[in-house]
Amino acid sequence: MNKLLLHPAAKPLVFLLCLLPFAWMVYGAFTNGLGANPAEYLIRSNGDWTLRFICIVLAVTPLRVMTKWNGLARFRRMLGLFAYFYVVLHLLSYSWFDMGFELGDIAKDIAKRPFILVGFTGFLLLTPLAATSFNRAIKAMGAKRWQLLHKLVYVISGLGLLHFFWMRAGKNNFNEVFIYAAIIAVLLGWRVWNYASKKISATPAGQGRPQLSKR
Amino acid sequence: LVGAKSSVAGAMTTEKVSDYKDATSYNNYYEFGTDKADPARNAGTLKTKPWTVEIEGLVKKPGKYGIEDLIKLNAQEERIYRLRCVEGWSMVIPWVGYSLAELIKKVEPQGNAKFVEFVTLADPKTMPFVGSRVLDWPYVEGLRMDEAMHPLTLLTFGMYGEVLPNQNGAPVRLVVPWKYGFKSAKSIVKIRFVEKEPSTAWNKAAANEYGFYSNVNPNVDHPRWSQATERRIGDGGGLFAKRTKTQMFNGYEAQVGQLYAGMDLKKNY
Repeated sequence: MNKLLLHPAAKPLVFLLCLLPFAWMVYGAFTNGLGANPAEYLIRSNGDWTLRFICIVLAVTPLRVMTKWNGLARFRRMLGLFAYFYVVLHLLSYSWFDMGFELGDIAKDIAKRPFILVGFTGFLLLTPLAATSFNRAIKAMGAKRWQLLHKLVYVISGLGLLHFFWMRAGKNNFNEVFIYAAIIAVLLGWRVWNYASKKISATPAGQGRPQLSKR
Repeated sequence: LVGAKSSVAGAMTTEKVSDYKDATSYNNYYEFGTDKADPARNAGTLKTKPWTVEIEGLVKKPGKYGIEDLIKLNAQEERIYRLRCVEGWSMVIPWVGYSLAELIKKVEPQGNAKFVEFVTLADPKTMPFVGSRVLDWPYVEGLRMDEAMHPLTLLTFGMYGEVLPNQNGAPVRLVVPWKYGFKSAKSIVKIRFVEKEPSTAWNKAAANEYGFYSNVNPNVDHPRWSQATERRIGDGGGLFAKRTKTQMFNGYEAQVGQLYAGMDLKKNY
């Protein structure tokens, strides 16, 4: 598996896969294939794909550690940037199709509606993460600080969920929200568990046991 | 099912009628699923024959009507109404039916009947989402007596010159054009005359978002979105069409405005 992951064609392939939802939307927009309300379709599916990419990028590290497929690590940045790509499209389609790019109206809407404010905050917080996604930024910031900044994704995933939850709240339709919440809870819960078990194995009481991990 | 063109004031808008395909494939009918495409996919299981509508409560002539008799009770009319969904989209639909007032007059409500309650079918065998926790089933809607008696309030059996497709609320539904779409109960099985304001499905689910009156009103926003504008489905401009301004009482203010004279519509949303 690691060989496959490190294959030179793997990255371009994953890149194209990540673009498929976008390609589908563009195709649908030009062929009248987005249903009766194409604006709503585009706003919603770009939001859906943002949340999906957040789940995918959060799954990379647990999957890598559990399977030892270390080649997964090289996809993490690209997957994260795709989450940003879809959230930009989400915000853009809302601003365009719903608000006609009336900046004043958009500002008022963000201030007035908690569910939009929460979504917009998530977008704002994701922006510095996307902006520091190149090697020189890591060097300039120092790996420690860079990592700390990128831990913001945990907060962002929570904001994304809350945004989605509120969107569905008026219609009591939480099935999908709960699925995403469960996935994110597992992925974040794994990190807590992983962190805690490392701490235990590092304490004197744990010294007698074989070391689980050096890292 | 064909109706003669209606002569009721306001009943025949000249706006472009929505495509039949949009009107029958983009629906909110939660008994068949919460996605807009679900009702068209799932409503084939609905059995509309035999069908009876029970008239009960505070009336002098309660009883059961078979759907065939109910259709023949009065001459059918065609009415072309704007339909404004609370979610911010709209269509223009040619309905076939007759004023609910015709039925109400025949069953003779008692003096203390102040509201009319509409109970709709909740059959878990044919409706896959009855039992989901989205709403408290059966779906119940209600109108004040004067709203129910208004000539624009249509007891509806058809659309586009045909009998109602299942996903649009066959075999009999209500259409109240100046209120958000969810006030117009679909697949009605009981019409009950009552003294107290009925507790209605969406109001029970989220009282701060959906009031009993739910008149279309561009000045009273939904807590999570603005009601000032609406997207007219299939208006030709496609994706880049601008949203249109929502009209007070969905453009039926001249006909129904007096029903709410003196009422605070921000409180009675």
